[in-house]
Amino acid sequence: MLKDIQVQNEKETRGGFGEGIYEIGKENPDVVVLTADLAGSMKLGPFIKDFPERYVQCGIAEANMIGIAAGLTIGGKIPYTTTFANFSTGRVYDQIRQSVAYSGKNVKICASHAGLTLGEDGATHQILEDIGLMRMLPGMTVIVPCDFNQTKAATKAIAAYEGPVYLRFGRPKWPNFTKEDGSDFVIGKAQVLNEGTDISIFACGHLVWKAIEAGRILEEKGYSVELINIHTIKPLDEEAIVKSITKTGCAVTCEEHNVLGGLGDSVAHVASRHFPVPIEYVGTNDTFGESGKPSELLTKYGLDTPDIVAAAENALARKKK
Amino acid sequence: MAEVQELKQIASQVRRDIVRMVHAVQSGHPGGSLGCTDFLTALYFNIMEHNPKFSMNGVNEDLFFLSNGHISPVFYSVLAHSGYFDKKELSTFRRLNSRLQGHPTTHEHLPGVRVASGSLGQGMSVAIGAALAKKLNKDSHVVYSLHGDGELDEGQNWEAIMFAGHHKVDNLISTIDHNGQQIDGPTDVVMKLGDLRVKFESFGWQVLEMDGNDMDDTIRGLNEARSYVGKGKPIAIIMKTVMGKGVDFMEGHHEWHGIAPSDEQLAKALAQLPETLGDY
Repeated sequence: MLKDIQVQNEKETRGGFGEGIYEIGKENPDVVVLTADLAGSMKLGPFIKDFPERYVQCGIAEANMIGIAAGLTIGGKIPYTTTFANFSTGRVYDQIRQSVAYSGKNVKICASHAGLTLGEDGATHQILEDIGLMRMLPGMTVIVPCDFNQTKAATKAIAAYEGPVYLRFGRPKWPNFTKEDGSDFVIGKAQVLNEGTDISIFACGHLVWKAIEAGRILEEKGYSVELINIHTIKPLDEEAIVKSITKTGCAVTCEEHNVLGGLGDSVAHVASRHFPVPIEYVGTNDTFGESGKPSELLTKYGLDTPDIVAAAENALARKKK
Repeated sequence: MAEVQELKQIASQVRRDIVRMVHAVQSGHPGGSLGCTDFLTALYFNIMEHNPKFSMNGVNEDLFFLSNGHISPVFYSVLAHSGYFDKKELSTFRRLNSRLQGHPTTHEHLPGVRVASGSLGQGMSVAIGAALAKKLNKDSHVVYSLHGDGELDEGQNWEAIMFAGHHKVDNLISTIDHNGQQIDGPTDVVMKLGDLRVKFESFGWQVLEMDGNDMDDTIRGLNEARSYVGKGKPIAIIMKTVMGKGVDFMEGHHEWHGIAPSDEQLAKALAQLPETLGDY
């Protein structure tokens, strides 16, 4: 039951990145970290202190940072680029496309402050299109972990995972509930958080926690909820999705991203080919964000717990017709 | 290591390959390719320590990155004659299912190419990364890159130039093909470059100039550039060339940036370029 999921603490997912990059830097001498004047926000302090020769400050020049990372792979390094999600993707799309993805380079693009929960800085910084941009690139792996522990686990796991990766996480403190040792995280394998038979909820990133809260409410209402964390958007665990919707017959997708191009479209693409079922999307509806507190923004833009409950009830109603 | 007379002979063959490749498929960029032929010939047959048994990581050898990827014909010809792949493959240039794509790529695993280029302005950043990897690997070899002068319109170059000066990337030799031409016309008309020497120097680079269509001066310039390696500054070569060099009716005309010669023009061009190593 979803009520059995225990929150250990509340921590920033970017903090999980900071711990993960330090630990993998210690284990793997090929790991190199680059930043574009955001070392503090990206929690790079311990890495910089202990491995200064493997830290590259690029200044506020993200395009150059991506190119340098591509070059570092030639010589066997494993470069991690670090900046906010907007500057990690939209700003440097062509550099990623040509020098990294098309060239098949082993670059790890690590992006914090993704989505609305960036908060007060507003829409210039709140990218809601990055998952779509990155999953469109052939050969790109896209990972959106749900909490501190999982972000740490993913940060470490991608070092040994050959090929370009986009790792997306965020700014605010958030409930931390996955295993502390990260053993429940495997790249490309969907994480079933709860088994159920009435409805499938697929979520990624911060909205996994909101989906847990929504699932608890739905359980109280008597529904049997299957909740799956799709932390790897690409390559997508199609088997897990088909297995779940075949059983439940309807689904909700939850993401801190535009409903166009992200997790929802990824799940719908699988369903349309294998087992069409009613699907409701929770995400931003083709709009930019604005300044505000993260919780206020999630409520205003329809990404909060009650929105997921309502979407689930819609999907359940459509299934019955 | 080939000496000047032999280098000139190789360059003549490379120029023949370029016009034949572009003519055969009626597509490609002969102007810049012909202008940079002497430079790439000198680099691959005299200056660089490199291994035609290609490995992507290129540890313990000098590396070259072509940022202005549209001059792929000269790159492919020089790689083929260096032994990276059979020169017969030059006949597949820009055709379906070829490893010799319009612009160089790694996707089809053509030996000798380490990154895709074509979308301009990205190569210097990649070369810097490779140079940093060499430093981390305690590999004393040098990274070379080539850029068009028109390509310097792209802002990413200036991010890279600033970075390389600041971080003292002194195992990098970046050459600017200063032919003064770009697609829409002379660089002075399209977008003035100003004093490139002063610009690079103000970013902390060691700068030298050479005539990239004079083999003696090209060898001199590249050796001088090498003498600055390890001395705390990245190295820029401002290389004067003539677009279309070696084919009289193409020389100095920006119209030959990206068009193919007709049958008649091909014959006229080949008559000026002795076959020295055997056509592909």
